[in-house]
Amino acid sequence: MPDTHVNVLKPSASFNYVRLKKITQVGVKSIYSHGLRSLLTVLGIVIGVAAVIAMMAVSEGASFEAQQQFRDLGANNILLKSIKPVEVEEASNRGFGPPQAIVYGLTNADIETIRQSIPGVTNVIASRIVKKTVWNGGRNINSDVVGTAVDYPVSRNYNLRVGRFFSETEVRDHSNVVVLSDEVARSLFPIDDPLGGTVKIDSDYYKIVGIMEPEGFSNLGQNQAGSSNSASTRIFIPFTSSKSRFGETTTRQTAGGMESETVELHEAIIQLEDQEQVIEVGDIIGQILTRRHKKVDYAVEIPLALLRQAEASALRDQIVAGAIAGISLLVGGIGIMNIMLASVTERTREIGIRRALGAKKHDIILQFLIEAVILSGVGGVIGVVLGIIIPVIISLFWGMTTIVTPITPLLAFSISALIGVIFGLYPSMRAADMDPVEALRHE
Amino acid sequence: MDVIAANRSATNFMGMGAKPVVVASLDDIRKTYYMGTLSVEVLHGISLDFYGGDYISIMGPSGCGKSTLMNILGCLDQPTSGKYFLGSEDTSQMADDELSTIRGARLGFIFQSYNLIQQLNVLENIEMPLFYQGYSEAASHAKALALAERVGLGDRVDHKPFELSGGQQQRVAIARALAVDPLIILADEPTGNLDSKSGAEILDLFDELHSQGKTLIMVTHSNELAERTERSIRLRDGLVESDERRRTA
Repeated sequence: MPDTHVNVLKPSASFNYVRLKKITQVGVKSIYSHGLRSLLTVLGIVIGVAAVIAMMAVSEGASFEAQQQFRDLGANNILLKSIKPVEVEEASNRGFGPPQAIVYGLTNADIETIRQSIPGVTNVIASRIVKKTVWNGGRNINSDVVGTAVDYPVSRNYNLRVGRFFSETEVRDHSNVVVLSDEVARSLFPIDDPLGGTVKIDSDYYKIVGIMEPEGFSNLGQNQAGSSNSASTRIFIPFTSSKSRFGETTTRQTAGGMESETVELHEAIIQLEDQEQVIEVGDIIGQILTRRHKKVDYAVEIPLALLRQAEASALRDQIVAGAIAGISLLVGGIGIMNIMLASVTERTREIGIRRALGAKKHDIILQFLIEAVILSGVGGVIGVVLGIIIPVIISLFWGMTTIVTPITPLLAFSISALIGVIFGLYPSMRAADMDPVEALRHE
Repeated sequence: MDVIAANRSATNFMGMGAKPVVVASLDDIRKTYYMGTLSVEVLHGISLDFYGGDYISIMGPSGCGKSTLMNILGCLDQPTSGKYFLGSEDTSQMADDELSTIRGARLGFIFQSYNLIQQLNVLENIEMPLFYQGYSEAASHAKALALAERVGLGDRVDHKPFELSGGQQQRVAIARALAVDPLIILADEPTGNLDSKSGAEILDLFDELHSQGKTLIMVTHSNELAERTERSIRLRDGLVESDERRRTA
């Protein structure tokens, strides 16, 4: 008696490790047997994934840089700047004769009003910025001499490279001490150690007590104060020294003759205790200044607002970049679907044979699906590797900041694997739904 | 199974003294194909019993319903009406997954064009039905090796189908059909693509299988082939025209 009483319709373990391994082996074999075709398909996914990661890294880096500039200005700060009004500029250039001093800009009275009428102001750092030629022996550099308070570096997240900033005592004493920017230090003292040395401005010598870090603060608003050309050529002296050495009226040679202007304060940083209030207080300061000034000879800048704007535009950029890269990933997915459809048609006979030999529909689906997932998975892995390498190369050769956040490669890989499933599913189901008889007859 | 056997007046054709066992039985099988509004009945009610150890040829002119009958016997197609018992189970109402399982477990297929999978080597081709039956790797490997030896290809297990002659490929297919110890081996023009020498070798192998008690059903056009079998069924226009036992063992 043959073993016909044994129930063969017992539910066979249809999804176990051995089975999966075998199906995967068959999939790998089939991918290998169409080497070039598989390679091109994988390439589509590689490009898609690498593009997503690289583009996100570049745009993330760019937005980080942009935001860093504003962050350096201080999120708790409101920046006030003096601006030469347009009408005054025209008037001053008109006619000959002795230079006529034009008066504009922020005043100590403005600052005092703000300090008194707005609660929550922790500190106000007012600065005067005067253009001067700074000398070390025969070497000289045109520089913005910033007369300011001791808190200036802290308020702008601008740190010293060596030495120290000037002290309260030095401010009180109108001392001749100076802190150089990195660039000024390098150009005036190419060999010697500048620390402890002196520089000459007009007829006075100033003792060098410290040197700032390179490029620590933003170039934002340069030229607005009417006196700065580049932030990196700034040097710092006590506010009191600036006032007593240079006076309030500055005169300079212009193309049309002499031009002189009187500006009490060029810049003021208003620090608030609460970040939440920054935007509201900015408005109030604007209102106060509008009342006090006939002309718009000032500017109110709120780093936090600019930061928010930068964040918003960075997000927009990232969405655009991501969408473009995503499209290439989609194209890669369509490539997989195309190849799988071709593969299903080509292997119709094989499907028929497998069905005849006992393969269930889901066995066939699994087989083709695994192939699609292998293709997209391999493409995804290579894409992730490339996507991490490319930003490094971009940073190295073009000096752009790129940031690969850990989530991006993870996301890109998951999407690529998902694409394998999604775009592999339809061809697989088509394969499984074939009539075994028809499939066996297929040539 | 015993019930079915009891219901049919089984006669002892083989003269072996034992009551022959019905391994498969067709009961008034009808098959209608629908093409749009047109319907064509190809099989008009076929009833046949197949016994364990039978060596059967099915013959008939083209369009007589041979292929359709073969597809139904192979559980690749379902009858429109009637019952088909394979072993103890009625397959005519089975769902797709059950049909797959029963194909894999109870039937062995041998095709005219061998139908081996080209990317797989001899051993892997033989192992395939075992894989779908959930055999362990070691067990299916050992079994496939033994079968390759049995069909005389023990030294070719690493070869791909395209590296083999037609006769050798068909022997791989036979080994594959034997892998699950099927109830019935179905062969569709097994020598159709072979020269007479390799064809004869294949038929010798069939004779050997028959002598070992395997049940073979073979569709063929060739009278020569049919004469080697014990029982010859002729179809005409979707009906059984004749069912003869040629010789007794």
